[in-house]
Amino acid sequence: MTYTFYPGCALEASAIPYDQATRAVSNALGIEMVELDDWNCCGATCYTSMAEITSFAVSARNLALAEPAGHDVVTCCNGCYMTLSKTNTYMQEDKRIRERVNAGLAAAGLNYEGTIKVRHFLDVILNDVPEGAIASKVKADLSGLHVAPYHGCQLVRPYATFLDAEFPKALDALIEMCGAVAVDYPLTAKCCGGMLMQTSKAVSVDLCASLMKLAMDRGADCILTACPLCHMNLEGYQDAIGQRMGREIQLPIVYFPQLVGLAMGLPGESLGLAASLIPLDDMLAKIKPLSEATEPVAAG
Amino acid sequence: MALDEPNRNVEDLDTQFVEDVLRMPDGEKLKTCIQCGTCSASCPTSDAMDYSPRQIIAYFRAGMLDKVLRSNTVWMCASCYSCATRCPSGIKFTDLMYELKRLALQHGIEPPQESGPILTQTFVDMVKRYGRNPESRFMTVFTMRSNPFGGIKQLPLAFKLWQRGRLKLGAPSIRGIEDLRKIMEAVEAEEGSS
Repeated sequence: MTYTFYPGCALEASAIPYDQATRAVSNALGIEMVELDDWNCCGATCYTSMAEITSFAVSARNLALAEPAGHDVVTCCNGCYMTLSKTNTYMQEDKRIRERVNAGLAAAGLNYEGTIKVRHFLDVILNDVPEGAIASKVKADLSGLHVAPYHGCQLVRPYATFLDAEFPKALDALIEMCGAVAVDYPLTAKCCGGMLMQTSKAVSVDLCASLMKLAMDRGADCILTACPLCHMNLEGYQDAIGQRMGREIQLPIVYFPQLVGLAMGLPGESLGLAASLIPLDDMLAKIKPLSEATEPVAAG
Repeated sequence: MALDEPNRNVEDLDTQFVEDVLRMPDGEKLKTCIQCGTCSASCPTSDAMDYSPRQIIAYFRAGMLDKVLRSNTVWMCASCYSCATRCPSGIKFTDLMYELKRLALQHGIEPPQESGPILTQTFVDMVKRYGRNPESRFMTVFTMRSNPFGGIKQLPLAFKLWQRGRLKLGAPSIRGIEDLRKIMEAVEAEEGSS
């Protein structure tokens, strides 16, 4: 299993633990992730808001660079996933847009034929890794850990091919594969506010407070995320969210590969656990080594 | 785009713009809106909007673009795509939001008390300069442009991220930055002349 890895900008900074955990879990599962050489920002929704065809061209440079290798492009960021998927869809289905974008790419000696698939790492983990491969590598007992699966928006809409747009269950399946308990979390595909946290903070904090309250009401020990922006809003702004809820909260927010790594008994430092802004002690205390486990779970 | 003349009044744009939007992929579907309000009910931020998504479509089709662009609505869209996924007429409302943001930016129309346009402009500036979006540089520039004194409130979070190795101070460019700029310029030259 070889893929072209597109980390995206957040994984180089605030979401470094997501990058570390993704690479650690990939290694452990025999997934070869070859980082796309000299990738550029996908443009996110901001570039689309400025200039449409230019935004497709910015995004398509990555697809054009990835095309010769022929592997699926895999990203961990919901924003990159949606943006690259959108560009890919238009490049494949709209001849007029394809011609205009390729005319631009030609200025750098590039061209994109539209032969690449864009995938989310969650899709790869669930659908490409042979069934039972993760379960057979589980070395820790997570049965006491209650996890709220939070898919977010742009993983499921509008381009999700591997899950339901209203009630996605991909993270639920992953949590169960790891031996943990997925709490019923109907807000799983509701918005955290995204970039509104920077422009209209109260609006985003309100949305995050709903997400946080439901997770706590359902007895979750942590919220599992698949997106650096969802993650940052819930983790970095937890003080403001707590103020909005009228109580002090410290709920760990966990990137999904970190949970897989914990279940597989990978060392905490390879999963970036120490970089969490919220103390993980209570959560990690619920993880017990399996009786036949050879390595204890380290907090890192 | 026929919207490259910066000094035209918004009122003059209405007819041309409505035509441009209808030419977007699936743009024709805007005509099939039945005003059911599924978009507004699905929107997580509609209660913070001056006009709900359903109202925006009604104003848009009535040619009342000025009302649309001077509202905060387009800048309250977080791109969650709930409206587009649920619309019984298949209208890609989120894409209409982008189109309206582009129009507002091109004409320098800023809604009151919203820093959305500044954030969008700053993000694009980062990509043009570095090829990537260096988070700390982006946040610094955005804060300086939008709310320099309020930026102090972001410092505790920045410090916590820095302590944990999650804040990178540098802003290196990609090797192919010149190539990326050539691509942008080629597209912009072509689009501007059409």
